[in-house]
Amino acid sequence: MRAALKPLFDPLLRDNPVTVQILGICSALAVTTSMTTALTMSLALTAVLMASSAVISLIRHHIPAQIRLILQITIIAAMVIVADLILQAYAYAISQRLSIFVSLIVTNCIVLGRAEAFAMSNPVGASILDALGNGAGYSAILMVIAFVRELLGFGTLFGITIFPTVADGGWYQPFGFMLLAPSAFMLLGLLVWALRIWRVEQVEPAATHVDREEALS
Amino acid sequence: MPDLNPISLWQRLLAAPNDSRGKTLTMAFLVSFAAALAVSSAAVLLGPRLDANREAERRARLEALIAETPGLAEVLPGTGIDSLEVLTVDLRDLSLADALDPAQVTDLTPEDDIAGIGTRPDLQQLFMARDGRDLALVILPAYGQGYQSTIRGYLALGPDLNTVVGLAITEQGETPGLGATIQTPGWLAQWPGTQLMDETGEIRVAVVRGGGTTNYEVDAITGATRSSNGVQNMIRFWVGPLGFGPVLDALRSGDLP
Repeated sequence: MRAALKPLFDPLLRDNPVTVQILGICSALAVTTSMTTALTMSLALTAVLMASSAVISLIRHHIPAQIRLILQITIIAAMVIVADLILQAYAYAISQRLSIFVSLIVTNCIVLGRAEAFAMSNPVGASILDALGNGAGYSAILMVIAFVRELLGFGTLFGITIFPTVADGGWYQPFGFMLLAPSAFMLLGLLVWALRIWRVEQVEPAATHVDREEALS
Repeated sequence: MPDLNPISLWQRLLAAPNDSRGKTLTMAFLVSFAAALAVSSAAVLLGPRLDANREAERRARLEALIAETPGLAEVLPGTGIDSLEVLTVDLRDLSLADALDPAQVTDLTPEDDIAGIGTRPDLQQLFMARDGRDLALVILPAYGQGYQSTIRGYLALGPDLNTVVGLAITEQGETPGLGATIQTPGWLAQWPGTQLMDETGEIRVAVVRGGGTTNYEVDAITGATRSSNGVQNMIRFWVGPLGFGPVLDALRSGDLP
């Protein structure tokens, strides 16, 4: 039982796509100024990831190796367009705020990464669980970053006032830097740092080893 | 006699080696076809909702323009913009038309094209409100090139067709915090009362740095000169001779109802 659910729980923390594999950070920077957009983006990405993983896993025995990436991208792109249309039809205001980032899910490395690394070689059920796990892992990081950015940047959470701002007659002076993209980079960096202090096994081996003696000689 | 039974053809396809040329082509075709089918069905099924959403957005902006313009809501009888008259006019000869037609356009020469739009659609829709039989308000759509996006908006003119009573920006993708200020109520609040033309009919309206001193001038946004100029040029173009200028003249002289 535990082994069967491994694809679902592993990506949450131990092998998180954002903090361990450092994938999908472009959208993690772009949509996290508010919890609402971050949640919508998370749901859209998870839905696209699950649907594309399911379809790719379903036809995995019949995908010719030479054109497999093109076929995967075609399937993912179709799913993304459908998801974007559904958002525009049923959540127009939020889709306007997410602007192009929903359509850019197609370039999100998590989606193609899971298709290539997991769905191509695993049965449908496991692929869907893996997609759900990775979607949830991505969502968790987005929500953490959006929580900090919206709370400090606007004094609100999901648009509800937590710290009344000076402009509205309260005491809180909004931290404007939190609304700019570099703040998300820093928060993400701090988060990765904190996680790797807690779970040392996530620290990558250094990419290049320079022999000190050799370098000096 | 080749075997054309679809079931056995399908089984042969599944059994074929993945890297054979036939299977590669067939899989490419089948996947693209399924993807195209999914996308087009979604677009067709959701089409009416998407159109309704865009229309609602446009109406909401127009309604906001009316609500924020002092004295306008009282002029409009009944329910806001439903009481507006819609006039679809052909800018080439001022004839009236029934519907917009994006296919009919006039190419603009670079000297004329101050708004940076390339071609001008000939058929345009403007909105009017009357107080009794007199014109109380005319709303013109306008768009033009900003710093990094197309700016779209509505310009509301008072009964003299020369005094701005309100400006609404409905769409823009300018730099957040700088050029995007053109969409904030604070900046737009400068527009009511601004005059478009002087007595000789020359277009004088301008967005200037350091605060406007005359009735024709509006303060530009610091650090966003090109967005400010974009709004100025958009208004100058659309009230000018290649925009609604002739229509406004005809409305003034009574040639248009």
